[in-house]
Amino acid sequence: MNFYPEFEVVRNDSRCVRCRVCERQCANEVHWYDEDGKILLSDESKCVNCQRCVSLCPTRALKIVKSDCRLRENANYSDQTIKEIYRQAETGGVLLSSMGNPNPLPVYWDKILINASQVTNPPIDPLREPMETKVFLGKKPEKISRNEDGTLNTELPPQLSLTMPVMFSAMSYGSISYNAHASLARAAEKLGIYYNTGEGGLHEDFYRFGKNTIVQVASGRFGVHKDYLEAGAAIEIKMGQGAKPGIGGHLPGTKAVGDVSKTRMIPEGSDAISPAPHHDIYSIEDLRQLVFSLKEATEYRLPVIVKVAAVHNIAAIASGIARSGADIIAIDGFRGGTGAAPTRIRDNVGIPIELALAAVDKRLRDEGIRNNVSIVCGGSIRSASDVVKAIALGADACYVATAACLAMGCHLCRSCHTGKCNWGIATQRPDLVKRLNPEIGYKRLVNLMDAWRHEIKELMGGMGINSIEALRGNRLMLRGVGLTEKELEILGIGHAGE
Amino acid sequence: MKRIFVKEEWCLGCHLCEYNCAFANSGLTDMVKALKDKKIYPRVRVETDEDGITYAVSCRHCTNPLCVKSCIAGALSIQDGVIQIDHNKCVGCLTCVLVCPHGAVVEDEKGIAQKCELCMKNSCGAPACVAGCPNGAIVYEERE
Amino acid sequence: MKRYVIIGNGVAAAGCIEGIRSVEHESEITVISAEEHPVYCRPLISYYLEKKTDLQRINYRSPAFYADNGVKVIYGKSVTKINADTRQVTLNTGETLPYDALCNATGSAPFVPPMKGLEKVKKQFTFMTLDDTLALEQAVTPESRVLIIGAGLIGLKCAEGLHKRVAEITVCDLAPRVLSSILDDTCAAMMQKHLEANGIQFCLGTSASEFTGNKAKMQDGRTIDFDVLVLAVGVRPNTALIQEAGGKVNRGILVDAKCSTSLPDVYAAGDCTEYHDVSSGTDKIMALMPNAYIQGHASGVNMAGGSESFDCAIPMNSIGFFGLHCHTAGSQPEGCQMLEEADEEHIKRLFVKDDRLTGFMLIGHTHRTGIYTALVRNQTPLSTVDFERLKIEPQIAALGKEHRSRVLKGVI
Repeated sequence: MNFYPEFEVVRNDSRCVRCRVCERQCANEVHWYDEDGKILLSDESKCVNCQRCVSLCPTRALKIVKSDCRLRENANYSDQTIKEIYRQAETGGVLLSSMGNPNPLPVYWDKILINASQVTNPPIDPLREPMETKVFLGKKPEKISRNEDGTLNTELPPQLSLTMPVMFSAMSYGSISYNAHASLARAAEKLGIYYNTGEGGLHEDFYRFGKNTIVQVASGRFGVHKDYLEAGAAIEIKMGQGAKPGIGGHLPGTKAVGDVSKTRMIPEGSDAISPAPHHDIYSIEDLRQLVFSLKEATEYRLPVIVKVAAVHNIAAIASGIARSGADIIAIDGFRGGTGAAPTRIRDNVGIPIELALAAVDKRLRDEGIRNNVSIVCGGSIRSASDVVKAIALGADACYVATAACLAMGCHLCRSCHTGKCNWGIATQRPDLVKRLNPEIGYKRLVNLMDAWRHEIKELMGGMGINSIEALRGNRLMLRGVGLTEKELEILGIGHAGE
Repeated sequence: MKRIFVKEEWCLGCHLCEYNCAFANSGLTDMVKALKDKKIYPRVRVETDEDGITYAVSCRHCTNPLCVKSCIAGALSIQDGVIQIDHNKCVGCLTCVLVCPHGAVVEDEKGIAQKCELCMKNSCGAPACVAGCPNGAIVYEERE
Repeated sequence: MKRYVIIGNGVAAAGCIEGIRSVEHESEITVISAEEHPVYCRPLISYYLEKKTDLQRINYRSPAFYADNGVKVIYGKSVTKINADTRQVTLNTGETLPYDALCNATGSAPFVPPMKGLEKVKKQFTFMTLDDTLALEQAVTPESRVLIIGAGLIGLKCAEGLHKRVAEITVCDLAPRVLSSILDDTCAAMMQKHLEANGIQFCLGTSASEFTGNKAKMQDGRTIDFDVLVLAVGVRPNTALIQEAGGKVNRGILVDAKCSTSLPDVYAAGDCTEYHDVSSGTDKIMALMPNAYIQGHASGVNMAGGSESFDCAIPMNSIGFFGLHCHTAGSQPEGCQMLEEADEEHIKRLFVKDDRLTGFMLIGHTHRTGIYTALVRNQTPLSTVDFERLKIEPQIAALGKEHRSRVLKGVI
């Protein structure tokens, strides 16, 4: 069945100068120049609304709009639902999607408001007074201990030092391009934070950014070897991903080419399938074995992160992880992005990060093991205020990936799985990869994080807090609006006005 | 001297530099008015090599320029290191086109010669091809 | 402090001045200019007639050129003798000027073969100088019928220049084709067709045998009525001064790569000299403006004690008529291979021999031809470039990554 395309290409012909940049820049081959009519035409059925053409059109002659041609919808069967059924009836296949869950489920960040100081406790002006955004991630000692000779024991378990409570979360080389990795690595170095290799290994060119790199070990063990583990500043064991809890990953063979296959240590052109479980982990005890294997392999120099998707029993799971010897727990909410996931999983599995984070922080505190681990939360942290709210809910730091992609040029067309990213991010096609110049990409990432750091300081100052450490878990600084008693209870915050 | 350099690695072959050049030198304030339904005569050209690598070629502002030496009208000259053309003096003999080893001097729509003057004589003040390049593939910088 | 004297005030002289000044700024330079005009480039005179330039814009350099360069110009006088022993030049007024270094940039003069009855033609002109042009401009009216003897570069540019000013133009030449010095039969035919389409009439393969009043009787029996006669048969290098001073002269003045004549401290540059054509490997008179400037510049540098060689000359011409441009360069040596591409309005002929591009003729398509010229001038082995692509169109891409990285820098 053929349907009217989802988008319409609106070309203002009175502005079009026939430069054909739209035609040259569209990897989906939407635009084409008709020599006979001396006019640009378009095949809208191929358009994913990535806005590349719109962005580059020098005369602003283009507009992509959502088509208002709909099937006969009703409140139960939306246009999209019906089309998905048709598509599956035609192909018999699992539907694939990319990026984060787009559905109108509650975004708790937007229902939480931040406090500010008035009269009785003065706000702080971050432009005049020092403001500390530095964070250390890792196991913290429960109490002060002394050596035999009575001196203070200052030895700490390995820590990650961040200039601000944000890191770039895992995106593998393969799911994103070499230039995207180069941009992230350079930005992390410049910012004094970390980026994460994802499960794709570490390209040899980026070993020099090792002190700002978190190397990931996931169920496929792709790209994992001794040098890789030792190259990073921390090792992350990926148990799950917010966008697709309970399932593994699949990099199609078409993307496992050249350096990608070399870095993953798999034959060129072969599918890289990460299994749903780690086949050696069926319990917290098994996890503990892997944690210590990795620590052993790296002589206990590096903190180990365990990353899990936010799911129903997240608090209990986190409690187990905190006892597994891991130094950091990363929790990924259901809005987190992905390079490709089955649509049904992405849209229906997992829970919101806000609730998961609050539940985990509370559980670990209640059990007196909060200092065993640092908590990093991710899965749609979109702004500095999301960061501040996450810290106040109990996170030590946040992971961002979608926002980082946006900074590099992503326009959230959610077509990563096609491999034809017009912005040079989620693609391995050399002609597309080169569209992301890391010189530009890294500066934009640095700009974004600099801006967030300024905003975080402003928000902290307003609350009369001059150190991010003093904000962590400080839920008194938050109030909910339009939330039920139960939601407020889980979040551990009062309602606005309380 | 600041010069235009090309970073092939980042050239997308989008040809926007050609359009930005033609617009910058049109003397008009609107690109549509300047370029709509017209053949463009840019001073920078995108070439593609045998490997599909693209890059923009414009005047190199040679220190020993054949075009200046060959100009029969005395219209081409070096001013502060920039090779400029006095369009008022040029008679369109195209000897400069015949001698430029880079193919950087070209005929304009009026049949006289034109070349990159680093946007020093138009309202841009700095090369429009550089400012408009979406991927930093043309840079304007000082080098040894 | 040296005393520099330059005989002549053309483009080679301007090059010589700028060449001297690129080395030093102290010494005085004296230019002896037979013409009463500051330096202008002679090929511009046809553009003057065509009104593409005027008496202001025709000046090759700015009004401050001589003053800025510390040059004294003696206008309206000519040199009658060079005394290489005493290092003096004698002017037509009898005065003498001493020199430490001398540049003979005397250019060339029109050559008029003897023709019966020519002396009785009242309105007859040569077409070399601005004064010739101003006189010709005065002589023609919109009703004039002009006969131009010579279908070479000068004759045809004159025809183009006069085209809108007169009623009728006929060009005749002993050669069977136009522009015989630079084009072959096919290319010449295309140019001729274009000129004819623009109203120029031709009478080729024959010449005037006799003039009776305003009638020219041609060798083939035809007669042509005219009001104004322009003689553009050819030019001869002005070599007399050097020859009489004992310098070596062939058809032109003989100079080495440093532009020295056989006389001590006497240099020569421009149309009066004979020099080496790297494309054919022979010495010849090329009489080309770009070469005149470059050679003049080299002579100036060497006169002032610097070192600059003039060793990359090739014959080349950019000439256009009524919007149709023709670019030629190099030569067509014996046994060269011709590669051709042609349609109704364009011709591209490339001449290849021994892995080198030795020359080309292009009509219509002249975009970026300098890339071809550089191949001819540098004698680039074609096996080192992508000649297949170059044949299609001139492009840097075909010259290889190494060349590109030298020229454009940031190459992958």
